[in-house]
Amino acid sequence: MTWEEMSPLLWEATGQTALMVLWSTLFTVLLGLPLGVALVVTDRGGLLPSRLLNRVLGLIVNVGRSLPFIVLMIAVIPLTRLIVGTTIGTFAAVVPLTLGAAPFFARLVETALREVGRDTVQAAQAMGAGRWTIIGRVLLPEARSGLVAGLTVTVVALISYSAMAGVIGGGGLGDLAIRYGYQRFETTLMIVTVVVLIVIVQLVQTLGDVIARRLARH
Amino acid sequence: MIDVSGLRKVYQDRGRRVEALKGVDLHVREGEIFGVLGQSGAGKSTLLRCVNLLERPTSGTVSVAGQELTALGEAELRRARQRIGMIHQHFALLSSRTVAGNVAFPLEVMGVGRAERSARVAELLELVGLADKAGAYPAQLSGGQKQRVGIARALAGRPSVLLSDEATSALDPGTTQSILALLKSLNRELGLTILLITHEMHVVKGICDSVAVMRDGLIEESGGITELIARPGSRLAAELFPLPAPEAGAVTITFTGRADEPVVSEVVRKFDVDVSILGGALEEVAGVSAGRLRVRITGDERDAALGYLAARDLLVEVAP
Repeated sequence: MTWEEMSPLLWEATGQTALMVLWSTLFTVLLGLPLGVALVVTDRGGLLPSRLLNRVLGLIVNVGRSLPFIVLMIAVIPLTRLIVGTTIGTFAAVVPLTLGAAPFFARLVETALREVGRDTVQAAQAMGAGRWTIIGRVLLPEARSGLVAGLTVTVVALISYSAMAGVIGGGGLGDLAIRYGYQRFETTLMIVTVVVLIVIVQLVQTLGDVIARRLARH
Repeated sequence: MIDVSGLRKVYQDRGRRVEALKGVDLHVREGEIFGVLGQSGAGKSTLLRCVNLLERPTSGTVSVAGQELTALGEAELRRARQRIGMIHQHFALLSSRTVAGNVAFPLEVMGVGRAERSARVAELLELVGLADKAGAYPAQLSGGQKQRVGIARALAGRPSVLLSDEATSALDPGTTQSILALLKSLNRELGLTILLITHEMHVVKGICDSVAVMRDGLIEESGGITELIARPGSRLAAELFPLPAPEAGAVTITFTGRADEPVVSEVVRKFDVDVSILGGALEEVAGVSAGRLRVRITGDERDAALGYLAARDLLVEVAP
């Protein structure tokens, strides 16, 4: 395969990966952040302790995390059809990607929020702050460095998950590597794809680290 | 100003039952600095956190500034807390906010508008001597500066009462003194009532008007600090003036505010006794000198000499 032949394939696949990762990152945050907050505040000694709710949420998160992504992708096909209207294609892949990454991100959010000192929360309570104020103005801002670090790890995981999206016609760099690099013995393309993936992950991680470090400086 | 009565707090943890407060009464008068002294585990921290209901007492009532907090609903309690300042051992500042942002936080909670907020923040930082640090982050400050931010933050809502949870325990001696001096001046200038808990005698000695000694979930003794020292068998006096265990018949004389009177030479002159000094300690307490002298008195007129001392309004205790 010549460079001229590879180039459009690579561009298209990179675009598909970017599309899948960006959309699923957005939905992962929208789903995983509240879930992580809920895990912390419903816990014993939390702002809104509820043993039952905490157990249920913990169970949901654990189920979500224990399914291998390739299985999850197939298992949620009915849900994908319901939401996107189709079960194949790049957008269809966003549903399982989100469902796979949100519980993972929720756990990282939980860990980051637990790093916020108990006395910091109690100080806010002593000042008469209500639950929502404490969540919005104490817990989340205080944990922001950890949240960014967690998000970075999640995005990297999403890039890796998205490589499996070829199974449901999602396309992307992983799919390209399998179809051309592996099944058609295009070793050069395989190597180039791997390099592109490494570069993307490297960029994401570096950017995340820089932001997290800047936020942690204070 | 603060009235606590019959306060009990029981923790249930996995079948284990811990009684942290076993029926505590506390009365803090308006404008005074009241210290609760005790070892860790005595229950003083639980007591303090029951005063603004960070901990719900198992039974008993708490009133602050005439308002019974234990009878309030959640929203009312939040409003009442805005009028009770609190400072913490480890400062509990928001690391993601600047000094000014930290002081502004309680004002935001109270719903104070932006313009008024920044004016008040500037005023508060001026008050605690940190006007030049408004834009700094807590991580860039020393411990003493952090506690000053904590104090400014606690005063934001113009509270009538300040609760201090071991506020100087994490500070070095010099910084401790400057923070205590600041608290004392706030007490004097703003008429701020301060309830502080501490395990450090020098905090009590330095700024408290009244003190309660806590042990094992109960208050052992409480009252005005000079009055307490003059009370027979006072634990406060024993801790303040550490003397070795007395030999049989040894006489311990405790005096407050009259350290310069020549009582020993008077006794020797007036009575046929010999006095030998076994030990003694002198402290500046609540602005007056107080001390304790341990002597051995021998001679025929020993009883008359003891009677003379007791009649001089000194606390005279004879070891059995």
